[in-house]
Amino acid sequence: MKFINEYRDAELGKSLIARIHQRSTKPARLMEFCGGHTVSIAKHGIRQLLPPTITMLSGPGCPVCVTASADLDKAIALAKLPGVIITTFGDMIKVPASRSSLQQVKAEGGDVRIVYSTLDALEIARSNPSKCIIFIGIGFETTAPTVAASVLQAEQQGISNYYVLSLHKICPPVVKALLDSGEVKLDGIVCPGHVSAIIGSRPYEFIPRDYGIGCVISGFEPLDILQCVDMLVAQIESGEPKVEIAYRRGVKPEGNRTALELMDKVFEVCEGNWRGIGVVPASGLRLRKKYQRYDAEHNFEIKPGEPIEPKGCICGDILRAVKTPLDCKLFRKVCNPEHPVGPCMVSSEGSCAAYYQYGEGLGR
Amino acid sequence: MEDKILLAHGSGGKLSHDLVKQNFVPLFDNTFLNKLDDSAVFELKGRLAFTTDSYVVNPIFFPGGDIGKLAVCGTVNDLAMMGAVPKYLSIALVIEEGLAMSDLKRIMESIKEAAQESGVMIVTGDTKVVNKGSADKLFINSAGVGIVPSGVDISGSNAKVGDKIILSGSIGDHGIAVISQREGLQFSSSVKSDCAPLNKLVAEMLDTGVEIHCMRDPTRGGLASTLNEFASSSNVGIRIEEKDILIREGVQAACELLGFDPLYVANEGKLVAVVSAGAAQKLVKAMRRNKYGKEAAIIGEVVAEHPGRVVMKTRMGASRIVDMLVGEQLPRIC
Repeated sequence: MKFINEYRDAELGKSLIARIHQRSTKPARLMEFCGGHTVSIAKHGIRQLLPPTITMLSGPGCPVCVTASADLDKAIALAKLPGVIITTFGDMIKVPASRSSLQQVKAEGGDVRIVYSTLDALEIARSNPSKCIIFIGIGFETTAPTVAASVLQAEQQGISNYYVLSLHKICPPVVKALLDSGEVKLDGIVCPGHVSAIIGSRPYEFIPRDYGIGCVISGFEPLDILQCVDMLVAQIESGEPKVEIAYRRGVKPEGNRTALELMDKVFEVCEGNWRGIGVVPASGLRLRKKYQRYDAEHNFEIKPGEPIEPKGCICGDILRAVKTPLDCKLFRKVCNPEHPVGPCMVSSEGSCAAYYQYGEGLGR
Repeated sequence: MEDKILLAHGSGGKLSHDLVKQNFVPLFDNTFLNKLDDSAVFELKGRLAFTTDSYVVNPIFFPGGDIGKLAVCGTVNDLAMMGAVPKYLSIALVIEEGLAMSDLKRIMESIKEAAQESGVMIVTGDTKVVNKGSADKLFINSAGVGIVPSGVDISGSNAKVGDKIILSGSIGDHGIAVISQREGLQFSSSVKSDCAPLNKLVAEMLDTGVEIHCMRDPTRGGLASTLNEFASSSNVGIRIEEKDILIREGVQAACELLGFDPLYVANEGKLVAVVSAGAAQKLVKAMRRNKYGKEAAIIGEVVAEHPGRVVMKTRMGASRIVDMLVGEQLPRIC
């Protein structure tokens, strides 16, 4: 893999920073939606390089973090069923749910396995024909197509013991919900890179049109983010909000047609339950009727109980960008990556983990 | 049929005896081991350094080395980091029943090579075999003793404000070489482990007469953890420059793919030294003459501000805190 240092070039970075300082006169509150951006901003110290006119806010773009306690409880209830193997991405197993975590269930004898892709989960299903393999499907439009592909593959290959607990979420509707709530005032949005590689730039067009807020799709390297901020500043200064793509090497306006078709074939839009935000219409994905035999919720009887939110944890407020991790009384005191209270400290893409790891808010 | 290790190879009976006598003794051939007494008996004069380490790396063979080479280099390096001249090592094997005899022989061969390169003798050892499933192929423990020359006083708590931080080469190579071999993560990677004995490099550093304040090999937890240990033990601040830290392209690419930070990835053939500013260039020059120090460079300095904390200036000109590693980034890396 090449082209890492090229996007971390200090000289190019400095000239972009100088231009942003020169151009930015109006206050600009920019939200980066994606957790990957949050991490990159913290890791490269981008906040310190921007002029005081610009405030960077982190949005609800970490898939582990936005998974509601009620949904985590479902995963845990499934993990406790006899004859079930839970397959999941790594970060999920550490997230504290209402009464337990997948890690805890595993320690108590549950079969919970970390996989790197749905193909690994299918392989486990193939080699354990007497067990039921449930994949915990979290993630946005980036991961949903790969999960859709696994369902189709299970069908083609006659794998009948593979199931998906679909907790997938889609991005544009939650942006709308945040803007409609009026809780947080934004002047621009740093739109997610990987999600947009799938959905393209068009689904964001309602944002400048209906809310007068500019959107620029960004890559993940420091130069990508600085370029995106520069483009948003230009929009704000000129008063002409629009959707632009800064991440041209990854994103086309029409997105990835193959992936979108796959997703549409297997999933249909439903309401989504977001931590801290609540139920948002048309922001979730569930398996279509035709594929119900692969739907974990449809095939297993579980009673997860009433969800309980961790006491004192403000992950919900952080995900709505109403507060930052530095506003949390638990942050760095009782809540740290070793002993996370809420999901934003667990996930490598979580705001709290990024603030903690890279020392945001500490003297330097 | 392929020759395998049986439980009886660790029983202390005939098979154990034959394994040791036919395979191990001739390989390491020295007067202490050849006696096959219960202990090696030897004389050493001066201040002694004594260390032990267990090696559980998975897989046991990886690009650039294997568990045997690692067991020698790791222990030799622990002695060398105190300025000691490593002398004698023990090697204790815990073998899982069913390990291929050819694999064991290959590993013993590389123990011999690493011992020869570093100039240490394997003077005592032990072999145990456990039931299949009770261990994973092979675990090795090695202990070592060495002599610390008079006047050498190296400790993590000796860093002083104004000192320079020297790193002997690129970081992250060992951790990435191992992880890239692991099942399920077999993406192509040209990265080789840096596993190497550093005692000769250290001897050459000491020969310059430069007083080394702190020295450590950044193994598990990587460069970040070692620097945090220095900052905390010496109660000083440490500032490093991202642009001066060498990371090979393959390591960087693998880290990007896997979501690792190379600052936290293990090394097995690198050292970090803290010395006074006036002596730093001289020491770097001497290090560069050794094949394991060819890419040595000054990467930062010790400051009075933010005691106990490591801060890195990023390429973009911002600065960020480099914290201790929390959690296990890569299990069973050494």
